[in-house]
Amino acid sequence: MTSAQIEIQLIACIVAIACAIPGVFLVLRKMALISDAISHAILPGIVVGFFVTHDLSSPLLIIFAAFTGILTVFLVEFIQKTGLVKEDTAIGLIFPALFSIGVILIAQNANDVHLDIDAVLLGELAFAPFDRLELFGTDVGPKSLWVIGTILIITLSLLITFFKELKVSTFDAGLASALGFSPVVLHYGLMTVASVTTVGAFDAVGAILVVALTIAPAATAYLLTKDLKKMLFLSVGLGVFSAISGYWLAHGLDASIAGSIASMLGVVFLSVFLFAPSTGMISVMYKQQRQKIEVLLLTFLLHLKNHKEKKERHVNHLGEHINWQKSQAKSVLELALKNNMIVINDDIASLTEKGNVFTENAINYITDHSEEAIEEMKKDFFLFRG
Amino acid sequence: MKEEIAVAIDDLTVAYNYKPVLWDIDLTIPKGVLMAIVGPNGAGKSTLIKAILGIIKPIAGSVTIFGKPYKNQRKLVAYVPQKGSVDWDFPTTALDVVLMGTYGSLGWIKRPGKTEKKAALEALEKVGMLPFKSRQISQLSGGQQQRIFLARALVQNAEIYFMDEPFQGVDATTEKAIINILKILRKAGKTVIVVHHDLQTVPEYFDWVTFLNVKKIATGPVSAIFNNENLIKTYGINYQVSVLE
Repeated sequence: MTSAQIEIQLIACIVAIACAIPGVFLVLRKMALISDAISHAILPGIVVGFFVTHDLSSPLLIIFAAFTGILTVFLVEFIQKTGLVKEDTAIGLIFPALFSIGVILIAQNANDVHLDIDAVLLGELAFAPFDRLELFGTDVGPKSLWVIGTILIITLSLLITFFKELKVSTFDAGLASALGFSPVVLHYGLMTVASVTTVGAFDAVGAILVVALTIAPAATAYLLTKDLKKMLFLSVGLGVFSAISGYWLAHGLDASIAGSIASMLGVVFLSVFLFAPSTGMISVMYKQQRQKIEVLLLTFLLHLKNHKEKKERHVNHLGEHINWQKSQAKSVLELALKNNMIVINDDIASLTEKGNVFTENAINYITDHSEEAIEEMKKDFFLFRG
Repeated sequence: MKEEIAVAIDDLTVAYNYKPVLWDIDLTIPKGVLMAIVGPNGAGKSTLIKAILGIIKPIAGSVTIFGKPYKNQRKLVAYVPQKGSVDWDFPTTALDVVLMGTYGSLGWIKRPGKTEKKAALEALEKVGMLPFKSRQISQLSGGQQQRIFLARALVQNAEIYFMDEPFQGVDATTEKAIINILKILRKAGKTVIVVHHDLQTVPEYFDWVTFLNVKKIATGPVSAIFNNENLIKTYGINYQVSVLE
C-alpha cells in the first residue's frame, strides 16, 4: 500500500466513525430523514462560507455550513409546530428551498469561484491526500484528515460526557425534562454535532454519501442488538468495515471510492436484514413456519386429550377428524412421536405421560398467561420462545 | 393543625397554539394525599401534570412545590409518564430504565454507580420485576412495562409522585400491585397524584380527588366531593351516573 492509499482509508474510517455515532441517536429518535435534509441544506452555507474563506476545509466555512444545518432543523420544527403541515412534509419543503439557494449562488458565481455542485455532493476521496496541511513549514498530513479527526474527537468526548443525558432524552423526553435535562438543549446539541459532522465529511465523501454513513450502520446495528452501547460499537465497526472494504472494491473496479463505500453499506445492511440470527427475514420466516407446525402439534395433542374414543384417535383417520390434509397430518404425527408426546398402538395414538403434562401446561399458559408459567414453558417447549 | 401544602397552583393557564387547554387553574394539594385527577378526554389532565413539572410552559400563572418553584425542587418529585409516550423498542433493559430514575439526583455528567444500581434493584424487587431485570424492554408485557415505570419513580425516592394513567392497558393483577404500592407511599407520608380514567375505582383507591375539564370543577376529599353534582359538571349532562349507587 502506498501512503496515499493508507491515508485515504484512514480518512474514510474516521468519517465513518464520526458519522455512525450521531447516526445511532438519529435512528433511535426516528429522525433519519433529518440527516438527509441537513446534508442538502448545508449547500448554501458551504457556498457562502467559500465566498468568504476561499477554502473548503476552513473552520469558518464549517461553522457557516453547520449553522445552515441547524437552521434547517429549526425551520422544520417551526413549520411543524404550526400544526398546518406534518414533519415529513416540512422536511420536504425546507431542504430543497435551502439547497436551491445554494445551487443558484454557485451558478451565479461560477466564473469567479472554483466550486462545483458535483464536488460538494459527491466528494472525491481519491483527491483528499493531495490537499495537505502544513504546520510551521512541515507536512502533517491531509487537511481533511485533520478536519474530520478533530470533529470525531469532539463528538466522542461529547458522547462520553453526555451519554446518560442523551440516552434518557432519546428514550423518554418527558422524564428527561422533568429531571432537569433539557431535551431541547440535547436535541439541538445532537443536531449541531450531526451538522458539523456532515460538513466536515462532505469534502471527503460528499454531502449525499454522508447520509449513508450516518444512517446505514445504525440501522444495521439496530437489527443485531438491543443494547445501546453495543449498538454504538457495532455501528462504528460496520462503518469502518464498509469504509475499508468499499475502498478495495473501488480499487478493484476502478470506481468512485465514496460510491463503493455506500454500496458496501447497502450490502452489509441487506445481508443482516436477510440473515441476522434472530431478526433477519429468513430467520423470521423459518420461525413462523415452525411456529405454525408447533401450533398444529398442540392442536393435535389437545384433540387426543379431549377424545377417549378410539375412532377419533386412529392415525389413518386424523385427516377426517381434525380436517387436515394427509401430508400435514403425517408431519405433525412424526413431530409428536419424535418428542415422545404420543405412542401409537395398533394405529391408535394416545398421549404419553410427558405429552399429557405438556398439553395441560400449554393450555393453562394460553388461558392464564401467567408470567411464571411462560418461563417454565420456554425450557420445555419451542412454541412460546420470545 | 395547619396542613402542609405539597403543590400550590395559582392562576395557571396553558395553551397549545394559543388555544387554551387549561384555563385559570387554582389548586392546592395537601401533603400526604393519594389524589385522582379525573375528567373527560381532552380535559387537560396530562397537560396539568406536564405544566406542574415544567415540561410544558404555561402562558400564565405559577406553580410551587412545598413553597418553591419546581426548578428548585426537582429532587422531591418523581414522574411516571404515560406508557405509550415512549418507544419500547428502544435498545435497553428493564434495569437500565429503572436506573434512569437516579439520573435526576446525579445531575449532569455524573454516571450511576453501585449505590444507584442497588437502589434500582430494590425498586425492581418492590414491583416484583427483579427476575426480569436483564430483559430487553420490548419483550415485557404492557403490565410489566408499567411496573418498570413505577420502579423508576420509586428509585427517585421523592416526596411527591405524579403518575399519568398508570392503570392504562394493565391487567387486574398489575393494577392491584400498583395501587398497593401507591397506598404504601401515602402511608409513608408521600403525596401521590394520579391521572385516572376509571371512575368506578375512585372511592376505593383514592382519598382525594380533583375534577378537571379545562377549568377546575372541584377538589377535595373523595368522601366530600365525589358526587353526582360534580360528575355531571365535569362530564356533562349526558353522563350516565352509574358510579354512585
